[in-house]
Amino acid sequence: MRIADESGLKELKNSVLQERDSLRPCITICGGTGCHGYACEKVIAAVENEIERQNLKDKVSMRVTGCHGFCERGPIVVIYPEKVFYQRVAVDDVPEIISQTIINSKIIERLLYTDPNTGVKPVHEDDVPFYNRQKRIIFGNNGKIEPTNISDYIALDGYGALCKALFHMTPDQIIEEVNKSKLRGRGGAGFSTSKKWAITRASKKGMKFIICNCDEGDPGAYMDRSLMEGNPHLVLEGMIIGAYAIGAHEGYIYIRNEYPLAVRNVGIAIKQAEELGLLGKNILNSGFNFTITVHKAAGAFVCGEETALISSIEGKLDGPRPRPPFPAQKGLWGKPTNINNVETLANVPLIIERGADWYSKIGTEKSKGTKIFSLVGKVNNTGLVEVPMGMTLREVVFDIGGGIPKGKNFKAVQTGGPSGGCIPESLIDLPVDFERLTEVGSMMGSGGMIVMDENTCMVDVAKYFLGFLDDESCGKCVPCREGIEKMREILTNICKGEGEEGDIELLEEIALTVKETSLCGLGQTASNPVLTTIKYFRDEYEEHIRNKRCPAGVCLDLISYSIDAEKCNGCGACVRPCPTQAITGEKKKLHSLDQEKCIKCGACFETCKFDSIIIK
Amino acid sequence: MDFDRVDKILKAYGMKETHLVSILLDIQTEANFLPREILSYVAKKLGIPLSQVCRFATFYKAFSLKPRGRHVIKTCLGTACHVRGAVKVLQTIERELGIRDGDTTRDFKFTLETVNCLGACALGPLVVIDNDYYGQMNTTKVPKMLKDY
Repeated sequence: MRIADESGLKELKNSVLQERDSLRPCITICGGTGCHGYACEKVIAAVENEIERQNLKDKVSMRVTGCHGFCERGPIVVIYPEKVFYQRVAVDDVPEIISQTIINSKIIERLLYTDPNTGVKPVHEDDVPFYNRQKRIIFGNNGKIEPTNISDYIALDGYGALCKALFHMTPDQIIEEVNKSKLRGRGGAGFSTSKKWAITRASKKGMKFIICNCDEGDPGAYMDRSLMEGNPHLVLEGMIIGAYAIGAHEGYIYIRNEYPLAVRNVGIAIKQAEELGLLGKNILNSGFNFTITVHKAAGAFVCGEETALISSIEGKLDGPRPRPPFPAQKGLWGKPTNINNVETLANVPLIIERGADWYSKIGTEKSKGTKIFSLVGKVNNTGLVEVPMGMTLREVVFDIGGGIPKGKNFKAVQTGGPSGGCIPESLIDLPVDFERLTEVGSMMGSGGMIVMDENTCMVDVAKYFLGFLDDESCGKCVPCREGIEKMREILTNICKGEGEEGDIELLEEIALTVKETSLCGLGQTASNPVLTTIKYFRDEYEEHIRNKRCPAGVCLDLISYSIDAEKCNGCGACVRPCPTQAITGEKKKLHSLDQEKCIKCGACFETCKFDSIIIK
Repeated sequence: MDFDRVDKILKAYGMKETHLVSILLDIQTEANFLPREILSYVAKKLGIPLSQVCRFATFYKAFSLKPRGRHVIKTCLGTACHVRGAVKVLQTIERELGIRDGDTTRDFKFTLETVNCLGACALGPLVVIDNDYYGQMNTTKVPKMLKDY
């Protein structure tokens, strides 16, 4: 059934809402990738069975949604309309949830989240500290929508912005509105979205393309995946508006093959939008034609770079090329092409619907709106968080993230993926936006925020990123290909205890050369992890080089394991996990560790409950 | 995998070399890896040199030129997993199975691979076997995980 026009969409929305009783309990279960890691599919099946068994089909509905963000506490269940928030839900909890909470409106205390700092157990989702400090204007609807059901999206005014754009605005007005909102690309460099659109629009008439970049390659970031999996219509709507603004009739979604659920959900979403006449020929009878093709990426980090991405869609392997000409002038098959990241496009419907004046009130002077970060690593509340630009690192890591696990000391935050840098504790009150992050030597990137504690070795982190980049460098230009490898070699030597005086200076020299002379963004930013760790953690490098010591206890060649004679109570728990039988001792007596046999695998350290394994 | 199946895949993509990546992905989904004779066949059918097909098959991480085991273990080495000890988890799997990253056990039960990010960073360190996720891994959990198969 095609929707005829703007009023047709409103009618459809009203009929969807009329069919639904907003007071009827609805059990929403997070079906995001994080919760799948906790086997949420078993909980989903259990809820289905229990509703059937208790014959409650007419009284309760259920919805399997995309990612809610609080991945650390999965599987997550939220019960509407009150938004009762249950976490770490197991299959055995399901009958009780139905009989107690749904039928008798009773709260099951043990399933509530407990704030470790205050001991408070908030009942409702909005009161959970992880959520109540966020501003989830983009990501918030994930929890209310079944991604494969377009009605859920339309019920929340979905595609309303598209109607406004098609029937009440000219392409120039759309670009002006986005310009006023000061929206900047969320994929890495933070280029002005409206400028990109304007250049593509101004390019000569004829074929033009719009590409949505979902080749989220930064290790440590997964917000694009969660948006595409959880709310694909939001991205499609932004893309259609963008296409209309620049005058493109064909679009591509370039998406990672490692994201099968996102590939599936966006494929279903495209089909549904086509069936309703929201995509394809003569959209809503406006005369505007636009089709979208999904292109699966086969795993190459460099293809996130826009010229390499274009070459990949063309079925070539040319890798990155020098710019200008920019893709907006000469892109896919030589035609003007606009490339936007998933999260950028997800911002567009909101800007059109609520206006640039509203949007630009959020954020800082030059960085407007919100940003979704993947808050991961050594932090208590891991997950996806959406905060207004300008929130301080402290608020994100400690207030939302709940601080560092096991009472350890915070050391650094790494932002911007392999192109970014490590920000030390002394800068914890830094407001997070494009400018501030660049000023301290890091960058926004796609929004990975990896927290590191006292047990993270910064030299090892630099080595890790260089290893990644060495592996992913396409090899086309010399500085990136050779420079990264050389830096990696030096860092590997330092971690092995073979570092020499002068290594740090040599690293800095190579890093600057690679930065200034590489062809594309991969090489130009590859030095950031090295330069920032040297800048803020030079003492750790010196400790490795001069004293052959790894203060964080990470670099295997520089550490040894031993048993603390005062703490060991001889419980023997560490004996069995040791794969080389290096630990021996009688029950209830001090155990000993044979250095010759020890392979430093860490099994004893993980097993010991009395902190009696020492790493030095 | 027989050549008729390959023909069907080629036809589904209009016999166009621009779709080579998708063609190879589909072949690998069915054959579990990219056999040499099928790569030659694809090259012949598309009228392009075998070297060009091989260039694609070796450039992208998703492709394997070696037969893979019945279960593929993907160990995530993304940043979030790395800082939480992913390397130790990998080393333990290597030790338990007696193979290195990229190899397959002799009985073709397991192939061990590493991935730069699996996109479920909150669960790190993460290991995925086929489609099953093992989150918050550590060295002591490895033997139990492998026993599931």
